Amino acid sequence: MAKPGTSACPLRVAIIGAGPAGFYAAEHLFKQDRIIVEIDMFDRLPTPFGLVRNGVAPDHQRIKAVTRIFDRTATNPRFRFFGQVGLGRDITRAQLRDHYHQIIYTTGAPSDRNLGIPGENLKGSYSATDFVAWYNGHPDFRDYEFDLSQKRAAVVGLGNVAVDVIRILSRTPEELAQTDIADHALEQLRQSRVREVYMLGRRGPAQAAFTNPEIKELGRLDDVHVTIPPEEATPDSLSQQALEREDDRVGSKRIEILKEMASRQRAGQSRTIHFRFLVSPVEILGSSGRVRAMRLVKNELYATDMGTLRPRATDRLEELKVGLVFRSIGYKGLPLSDIPFNPKWGVILNEKGRVVEPESRKPVVGEYTAGWIKRGPNGVIGTNKPDALETVSCMLEDLEAGLTLKPSHQGSSDTETLIRRNRPDYFSYADWQRIDEIEREKGLHSGRPRVKFATVEEMAAALGR
Amino acid sequence: MKMNVERILATKCSSVVVVRPDDSIREALALLARHNIGALVVVDETNHPMGILSERDIVRGAARNEAIFDQRVDSLMTQEVIITSPTDDARLVARTMTEKRFRHLPVVDNGDLVGIISIMDVVRTQRDQYEGQVESLQTRLSTV
Repeated sequence: MAKPGTSACPLRVAIIGAGPAGFYAAEHLFKQDRIIVEIDMFDRLPTPFGLVRNGVAPDHQRIKAVTRIFDRTATNPRFRFFGQVGLGRDITRAQLRDHYHQIIYTTGAPSDRNLGIPGENLKGSYSATDFVAWYNGHPDFRDYEFDLSQKRAAVVGLGNVAVDVIRILSRTPEELAQTDIADHALEQLRQSRVREVYMLGRRGPAQAAFTNPEIKELGRLDDVHVTIPPEEATPDSLSQQALEREDDRVGSKRIEILKEMASRQRAGQSRTIHFRFLVSPVEILGSSGRVRAMRLVKNELYATDMGTLRPRATDRLEELKVGLVFRSIGYKGLPLSDIPFNPKWGVILNEKGRVVEPESRKPVVGEYTAGWIKRGPNGVIGTNKPDALETVSCMLEDLEAGLTLKPSHQGSSDTETLIRRNRPDYFSYADWQRIDEIEREKGLHSGRPRVKFATVEEMAAALGR
Repeated sequence: MKMNVERILATKCSSVVVVRPDDSIREALALLARHNIGALVVVDETNHPMGILSERDIVRGAARNEAIFDQRVDSLMTQEVIITSPTDDARLVARTMTEKRFRHLPVVDNGDLVGIISIMDVVRTQRDQYEGQVESLQTRLSTV
């Protein structure tokens, strides 16, 4: 049989997950001018773009502009989108293997890591990623409830998600009303009584994962005063040495920004963001089943043999009165049905993007992965491009070597028949474009980038279904 | 943006190929050839790294003594093993490797040998990290 990739027999590729990694992989496959590729992209949600739509903060529209690049890929006549078609729910791995030459799993890291401390399940203790999905209008999170009647909240973590959550909790309703935050979240946040937000980092200011522009942004919010205990804004001697030794200008600049913030006087703002460094929660304390405070331990830094600075608990404890806790210590990948998984790193078992068998560690012919479910949750959106390129290189190499699946169904109409049977109400890319248009139109009337549909039913209704 | 060793191991799941100190160089060479790799981790009975046996060690040994095939692995291995952990900063690891001229480092997590990384792995991952940042910046500039 001839190698797939010709116009008589195009290389048929399924991409599972319509986030950045999936789109970058599709873009790179279409760039191959020596082979003809047909791509079907699936997502368990009706809408594409993954975390760009459901993760990136609503007040960071410029980051979301990357979807224009993905749109270009989607205009290729050999590209199809099947929204609302979930792997294991509406289509099985076996069916995919019987319809495509190659499959790429780009499902991301939909869960989050626990703190693993007592009290984590008290009412008022939440996952930051759930909160993010909720305020971004992710349909699965539409009915989540967050008790915003508390005055004081803590966000555990020093990453960009933690900064996003703090910003959304601290912005005024007027500021939020200019974004595409979900309407249900906007309504709840209007009623929010949260006025003090603590950001708790186990390491010091020099090791924080947030970027300098994001931290500066916190200092420019309309009605927010920022405080940092001066001794915590100053790096300890190990950090200071590391900054100098590595000539770490970004880190030094961050310290400068924080010190400047620490020196500010309150100027009538009614909301406060408190930065706290070198503290770890050891227990969430409750009364009548809900959060009333956190017990924190003060950390100190020590250097590993390699020179990495790590926190270690001291014996100094303190109690912080808060009624809300958001944990934001990292996303976590989840296993996909029977696809080989490495629970230690929370990724699909893979070698440079080739899915491998758990026992033999030999590649599983025809199956690949890219993005967070391949490398773990790290990097910026653009990091998915070199990541997807590496995977596509492996796919092309294997294609050259004749190592592809041999599906019994070769035509693109067979897949459509299968999906129409399993999920007749699937969303095509044209459906998404219509939804996108309606959302933007609604936004125009209210001075917002868009007004999001937050349930699948609303989306279907908007399409006249 | 910080990146740690865990990120490198995530896409490098082939199991670590190990030898015992009393194995022969013949066996070690067969392993290197079969797995198409440049170094083996030498471990004791508890799977704890005792040394690294690299192509270089074997080349050096062969230059001294033509009959190395029957020699024991521990006669040629590099004994000074620096180990790294999954949470170590990849930038610091890269620096240590270049300064001390180590091409391979075993990765140990809570006493367990969980992987081996080469300087090429580290450099490649760093390159991808930087390229990703450039990609995101360019996207922002081109879509303004």
